[in-house]
Amino acid sequence: METGVLAVLVPVAGCWSAASRIGGVAPAEASSGASADRPKLRGVGVAAGGGLDGRGLDEDTAHWLATLGGTGRAREQAIGRLHEMLLRVARAELSRRGGHPVTGPELDDLAHQSADDAVVAVTAKLDQFRGESRFTTWAFKFVILEVSAKLGRHFWQRPAVSFDGEDWDRLPDRFGMRPDEHAQQRELIAAVRRAVEQELTERQRQVFVAIVVEGVPLDALVARLGSNRNAIYKTMFDARRKLRAALAANGYLSTYEAGPKDTGAVRRS
Amino acid sequence: MTGWAELERFLQTDPRDVGCEQALHVMHIYVELVLDDASGAEASRRYPGVAAHLLACGPCAEDYQGLLTAARGDRR
Repeated sequence: METGVLAVLVPVAGCWSAASRIGGVAPAEASSGASADRPKLRGVGVAAGGGLDGRGLDEDTAHWLATLGGTGRAREQAIGRLHEMLLRVARAELSRRGGHPVTGPELDDLAHQSADDAVVAVTAKLDQFRGESRFTTWAFKFVILEVSAKLGRHFWQRPAVSFDGEDWDRLPDRFGMRPDEHAQQRELIAAVRRAVEQELTERQRQVFVAIVVEGVPLDALVARLGSNRNAIYKTMFDARRKLRAALAANGYLSTYEAGPKDTGAVRRS
Repeated sequence: MTGWAELERFLQTDPRDVGCEQALHVMHIYVELVLDDASGAEASRRYPGVAAHLLACGPCAEDYQGLLTAARGDRR
């Protein structure tokens, strides 16, 4: 059973825990120590002799960069090995993730599509690899993101939600409220609905209702709206802050302590 | 956790949260820091905004978990 909206936006308790969407890094969190004056390996962004954090490249990474950045048969063979590796990761990732209806040949087709697109992205962005991790870890990221994006798009082939009107009666279930809690929570749910209608912009309301009330996965909504994950998350982030403030102001929450620091670090993309 | 407590948790936002774009940009580095230090302390120290984001964003946390699993398997 789904645990509610937290399964959509918030990692499952205890679980601490596409390619073109990978953008910039927070200045305060960027790594430093670039060695711009060192010679670069052909076709790749990392300086010969080491990554940007000062560590030397591991042997495996250096080999990947040399072959993928090279030419001829050696490069073709490297691309073949890369595809084989990313296909293996895509299959494992699709298997690891539960909660999607894709099975059988369709599942394997999705794994192939993810690997195909990831290989294209990795080879196209090879000059952006900065040697801050193993090459394989960097490359795996591309295929993981492709899997997410493709599952999001696939959702609409057999949507598990309907859009024949907002069904606010689902909200208690979405937050895991027990049936015996529903009566007690009815007033609170009504307060949330009022805040959604009065405090949010039309876009925030659209996104909030789709994700929280209707239960649309965030990546599926991204595909539906032709947007990107960061933009939808930012919209939800702002909506959550507004709703929390409104509910606190009306006495439904007693612990609102956002304060002046709560300026919202999530940036629009 | 009661339903209302869950709603409260859902509405909480962390001002350090850097958002999906920046979290994804450094996720491969973050994952390797976690592989080097399973407590995640060094990763959280170097990238507090990413750590905050992964606690709040299910899709990015799922990607993180998948990348961690794949990278861990690659080290074996």
